Amino acid sequence: MTPLLSVENLSWRKVTKTGLFQKPSVFELQPVNFELQPGETMAIVGENGSGKSILAKLLVGAEIPTQGDIYLNGEKLAPDNIRERCLKIRMIFQHSQGSLNPAITLGSLLDEPLKLNTTLDSKERKEKIEQTLTMVGMLPDHAHYYRHMLSEGQRQRAALARALILNPQVLVADEPFAALDPSVRSQTVNLLLKLQNDLGLGFVFISHNLGIVRHISDRVLVMREGRVVESGKTNDIFTWPKTEYSQKIVSAYQTLTTKK
Amino acid sequence: MQLLDIKNLTLEIPTASGSIKALDKVSLSLKKGEISALVGESGSGKSLIVRTIVGAIPDRWNITADRLTWKGQDLLGMSEHKRRRIIRDEVSVVFQNAVTALDPTATLGEQLLEAVPDRLLPKTMFWQRRQHRLALAQKQLHKVGIKDHELCMKAYPHQVADDVCQKLMLAMSLVSQPELLIADDPTMGMEITTKVQILRLLTKLNQTRNLSILYVSHDLLAIATMATNMTVLYCGQTVESGSMSELRHSPLHPYTKALLDSAPSFRKDLPRKTPLSSLPGTIPTLQHLPIGCRLGPRCPRAGKECVKAPKTHRLHNHFYNCHFPLLPETK
Repeated sequence: MTPLLSVENLSWRKVTKTGLFQKPSVFELQPVNFELQPGETMAIVGENGSGKSILAKLLVGAEIPTQGDIYLNGEKLAPDNIRERCLKIRMIFQHSQGSLNPAITLGSLLDEPLKLNTTLDSKERKEKIEQTLTMVGMLPDHAHYYRHMLSEGQRQRAALARALILNPQVLVADEPFAALDPSVRSQTVNLLLKLQNDLGLGFVFISHNLGIVRHISDRVLVMREGRVVESGKTNDIFTWPKTEYSQKIVSAYQTLTTKK
Repeated sequence: MQLLDIKNLTLEIPTASGSIKALDKVSLSLKKGEISALVGESGSGKSLIVRTIVGAIPDRWNITADRLTWKGQDLLGMSEHKRRRIIRDEVSVVFQNAVTALDPTATLGEQLLEAVPDRLLPKTMFWQRRQHRLALAQKQLHKVGIKDHELCMKAYPHQVADDVCQKLMLAMSLVSQPELLIADDPTMGMEITTKVQILRLLTKLNQTRNLSILYVSHDLLAIATMATNMTVLYCGQTVESGSMSELRHSPLHPYTKALLDSAPSFRKDLPRKTPLSSLPGTIPTLQHLPIGCRLGPRCPRAGKECVKAPKTHRLHNHFYNCHFPLLPETK
């Protein structure tokens, strides 16, 4: 079976010049390889500045890789083929508050990707918006709402609706749960699990919260300083971490969960 | 000895459309050498309580309390000057969101040196003082886990990573050797290894220096490892308070239970990829608070009585405010 998403030797390099005579700083994402099956969830964990967000941006096409290829259903995705990528791979941002345009209603916000990427007429688009809003647990009437009228949980749902409206195959999320309160967070987790079950989405997410990583992910990618230190099944990594860094984070997690 | 004792604290914010009770009869107490946790989601008034304790509240906000005492002295009744003296010498606060709480126009070093109080410096000539200050500051930086102190002290807040700012904020509050540390979400957004480091440091200080800590957060995982007592807030009302282990094993209030259940790490028996239990709806905003028990509209056990605010009930050392508590079946 061909994997839904497969990444081969994907790497990225950025040189930042700080001054005329100073040594420029270089950030390098070492080649990354992984495969994702339909309906599978992969978590990326790692410290700040380890290249997690860059990897997510490379997947959705917000950054262009220096090397390496991304294959979707066995077909190669050209780095500049934004059009196809918009349809198949969608992203959810960390702050749903900031990623929604405050000046337009939720309906027009969801209308935009449809206008730009599909050939649907206005009636069909309206139907699609209503359908998607219902899918994420909101009412069709919410299409007339502006961002500030929505609660935090609803905003997260709206961001999710925007990602789902083009029927993507892969969802990429950069810390989707970090800014949420516990009760809203578990609602979002439940919604994602349900949607993944129904639609067979591949889901890649970045998180610091190892409890949630352990609960919902099938596979984990541990990153450090631009390198993938370890990758494997969630259970394996949490029970038998191999590298020093993953041992460190797993034992840190365990000291938190086990009682004194 | 009760270090901090708050009873029925009510904070009213006057607005154009009548006053809003941002805090409604909150009670909290902290003994010497105790780590107590204040748990609540955003908008529950955790940070408002912190600000009320240190007195960083606008004058036109109305504070009423049966008791708000520090070591037996009434904080509300005393003069501004005296209160400030006490807060400066004995209480330290780590504010939420360190990056914005720090002064963007001063280097981190300047801010840290400013926080070193004169009483800790040895009696020396005035030109030697700076050296002593610097030494104290550097020692503190090493303690909170910043290795490269020189680089850190020269930098401005925007030049360093968020977690360095958070650590510096902690160093600033610990350098004055307070009796009580109020930590308002000090580990927010930190990665797990750094978080464990900070929690270890706080626990160690509690054990060696008998530092009392009021740990304010919604990160139950962090709290459960260090705190001995816990007070749960919802929308400005105290929901439940008691010892950590008791609250964790037999929560009496439906909200506490929901909060505990929402963290998958607490439930070892939970099969993977199963839905987590959660309360329906979201936290109401301050302008649209329900009357009576504020959890009412979201509560799975709510009944007719819930339109009246419940009184505080007591079961041994465990206090709860609920009409329909999750009491174990008797007989």
